[in-house]
Amino acid sequence: MSQTLATRTLRSTGLRAGSLPRWGVAAAVLGALLVSLLLFAVTPMQGVADFLIFAVVLTVASVTVASWIVEGRRRAKDRFATSVMLVALGLTILPLGFVIGYTIKRGLSRISASFLTHSMAGVGPLSPAGGIYHAIIGTLEQVLLASLIAIPLGLLVAIYITEYAGGPFATAIRFLIDVMTGIPSIVAGLFVLAFWVLALHQGFSGFAGAIALAILELPIVVRSSEEMIKLVPATLREASYALGVARWKTIMRIVLPTAATGITTGVMLAVARVTGETAPVLLVVGNNDFINNDPFHNGQASLPLFIFQGAGSSSNFDVARAWAAALTLIGFVMVLYIAARLLTRRNALARG
Amino acid sequence: MSIVATGADAASLRGMRSTRRSDATFKGLTVSAGFLVFVILVAIAVFLVLKALPAFHADKSNFWTTRIWDPDNTLHFGIAALVFGTVLTSALALIMSVPVALGVALYITQYAPRRIANWLGYATDMLAAVPSVVYGLWGAFFLLPHLVRLQVFMSHNFGWIPLFADKDNQVSAYSKSVFGAAVVLAIMILPIVAAISREIFRQVDPSQREAALALGATRWEMIRTAVLPPSWPGVTSAIMLGLGRALGETIAVALVIGNVFTIDWHVLIPGGNTIAANIANRFGEASSTGRAALIASGLVLFVITLAVNLVARYVIYRSGKEERSAAV
Repeated sequence: MSQTLATRTLRSTGLRAGSLPRWGVAAAVLGALLVSLLLFAVTPMQGVADFLIFAVVLTVASVTVASWIVEGRRRAKDRFATSVMLVALGLTILPLGFVIGYTIKRGLSRISASFLTHSMAGVGPLSPAGGIYHAIIGTLEQVLLASLIAIPLGLLVAIYITEYAGGPFATAIRFLIDVMTGIPSIVAGLFVLAFWVLALHQGFSGFAGAIALAILELPIVVRSSEEMIKLVPATLREASYALGVARWKTIMRIVLPTAATGITTGVMLAVARVTGETAPVLLVVGNNDFINNDPFHNGQASLPLFIFQGAGSSSNFDVARAWAAALTLIGFVMVLYIAARLLTRRNALARG
Repeated sequence: MSIVATGADAASLRGMRSTRRSDATFKGLTVSAGFLVFVILVAIAVFLVLKALPAFHADKSNFWTTRIWDPDNTLHFGIAALVFGTVLTSALALIMSVPVALGVALYITQYAPRRIANWLGYATDMLAAVPSVVYGLWGAFFLLPHLVRLQVFMSHNFGWIPLFADKDNQVSAYSKSVFGAAVVLAIMILPIVAAISREIFRQVDPSQREAALALGATRWEMIRTAVLPPSWPGVTSAIMLGLGRALGETIAVALVIGNVFTIDWHVLIPGGNTIAANIANRFGEASSTGRAALIASGLVLFVITLAVNLVARYVIYRSGKEERSAAV
């Protein structure tokens, strides 16, 4: 902070406490780091994690103490709170780095073109061969079908809530959508199991998985589209009505296109989200080591399910395949996610 | 709309009529979509109950107090240990992740420059984008081996707290424990609590914050006096929504928990189980009674998470605020 004449005057008259200069903070941090380095070099303390924890605690403490001496109790508290928040930020970014970094490391050692283009047909757990083509096909078809159900339905619900709402029924629907957001994914799977597989005797299939995924996707689509449609300026609608355009045409031709970028972002995030869902798929798709292009008959594989089974296997080959599949899945989800974010930056509505 | 030669009046009348009809059709379509949401929720409840009933009838011991799960052979099964494990892992996860999540949310909204804040927001949201099965895989093969030293440290120094005590020297090896599951869950709900709290903190009236700063408050004092008090209802509901997610998380927990049926407060030793994880782990070999039993346990989970979510929504509706995080 630059010191103005006023603050200097205030301090000279004793009305304002001194402030820790920037180099003072840097010195406290460096000092703490040096002390921890020294301690880890001479004493029996060791380990990277131990060092980090020790150094961070010491740094926070030294900055706080330095601030307390120079600036007084109130500023010291402020500095302490700030450093604790920075530590919290580190604790958030760290696992993200570890999860993605370790998945890339383990995945890259197994992934290959043939891994992506071959199925597990005839490949036992003790064979290093095989691939995830069948699982990729399964996941793509299940997510596509789920989206075909959830996106139009979700858009209609969002339109109802934003454009026609009013009255207790609309409030109830909004509330139910919120409730639906909180349904655990395994419960969605159990429902499809109880309803589609057990009650209607439809058997395990990719489509059964798609229904479960659609139940999870629907509320996300509704919530995000609702937010975007709400952002469309009322003046646009009124201008359209004034020209004599019907309400439904105004919605279809004016409101939705205006909100399209934002809606697309929301939909992409929803798709990314259900692509990684394992629990519902585990219960109802039936699984298959072979390529099954037909999502409506017989069991189908799925990428998350493939990872789950590999992770629980005692064969190292299965585990290696699971990591490669995890890398594929994370790659797919991240591409969707980053694309959605890039799209947000082009969204004039959300920026406004 | 076609304009016919029979006169402008008739044409516009017909146009209006068809407009009104298509308007009504469109509205009907959206209303029925809304109604379908209601139908789906009712169907979930109804079919879960219907398909769970055979299990309640077949159970030879008390479903609520039994700590065994054997619906396929002896027909003795109950969810006591499962409910205990579900609540314990979620509670531990909350204790670990809520302070961190609030810290991150406060830092992003109150401290970080806007440009950096956006990127930090993306980064924390990305934690939520990682599929839960990847967390499970990572937890089982990376996190658990690395947690061993921390667990030894905890039982060594804090063993006097019964929660962290060792039993039969089991802590020193790789273990699928309640603690490990709680750490994975904490990482998974962190972005959810952080994202919603971020929205809540952002809704604080800027004039209140500026007034606090103008009165000479430090940033932290400004946060304590102007940001936190109006945000508590929203933060409470953010925590409840995180709790709801933790209670229902399945796959990640299934891969890192001990899968045993005991009620044991020792969180560091191998053991633990949750309703959702049990469904994922037992579904493969379940017979028809076994499936019904799993559906019954899922029904219990559904009711618990529903209750938690209802409380969260109630708190937020009553406070008149809206958490607008569609990604969560």
